[in-house]
Amino acid sequence: MPEEMPHLTVKKADTVNVVEFADRKILEELTIREIEEELFKLVASEKSIKLLLNFKNVEHLSSAALGMLINLGKQVDKQSGKLILSDIKPQIYEVFKITRLNKLFEIHDTASAAMARLQ
Amino acid sequence: MAQNLEKTLIMTAADPDNEATFREFRIPSTLRCCKEPETAILEELRRHQFAEDAIFAIKLALEEAMTNAVKHGNSNDQSKNVTVRYGINAEKAVVVVRDEGCGFCPEEIPDPTAPDRLPLPNGRGIMLMRAYMDDVHYRAGGCEVYFMKRNTR
Repeated sequence: MPEEMPHLTVKKADTVNVVEFADRKILEELTIREIEEELFKLVASEKSIKLLLNFKNVEHLSSAALGMLINLGKQVDKQSGKLILSDIKPQIYEVFKITRLNKLFEIHDTASAAMARLQ
Repeated sequence: MAQNLEKTLIMTAADPDNEATFREFRIPSTLRCCKEPETAILEELRRHQFAEDAIFAIKLALEEAMTNAVKHGNSNDQSKNVTVRYGINAEKAVVVVRDEGCGFCPEEIPDPTAPDRLPLPNGRGIMLMRAYMDDVHYRAGGCEVYFMKRNTR
């Protein structure tokens, strides 16, 4: 029985863990800490995890959320896994561009494009 | 008549160009307490029919400013307060967030987009505020941040 993850929906597509966020806003520290906990639990469950974070539901993102994603990326790297982000709304993508994190993360327009890279 | 008077009072109550008229929230240094001023400010922005992208930007800046005040300014010390003051009309919104910490020098904050700093998880809040607001400046030795956003409608 998978553990309850109130902030995330996780579906397995072949070997890829496809994660969607339940929250429209990933802004507040408290929410971010809970999301971080859920994501790290998921990453810890599989050594070379293939992780696709689908941002289609997300409308707001703060710098603390970016920090959380950076830490997650580092952990995935440490486990020789792969992390890809997809379906980031233009308003949110702007946040990645301003901070140049679009250079740090692999980001695809659609989940299917991201899936193709992960499989 | 009464309605007109009320309207006038609201319009003059929080003029973004006159800080003496700003509305004020004084909250303890917890992230949970930041909700109250945020809700009030967002309501005010909607009442003045701010464009959605401007609301997005102000919400982001407000979150960054309040988080910095609670965490870095007041070091999560709940005996210290964060003061949020704001003035909003149909043209622009001004918010001032003040903490009771020791202040800091914003010029000394390193560029988070520098290649060696890009993989670090912190230090992007001020940059995002500057990118999204029309004006951001620090006062009171860094204990107070002023930010302004014009309505983009």
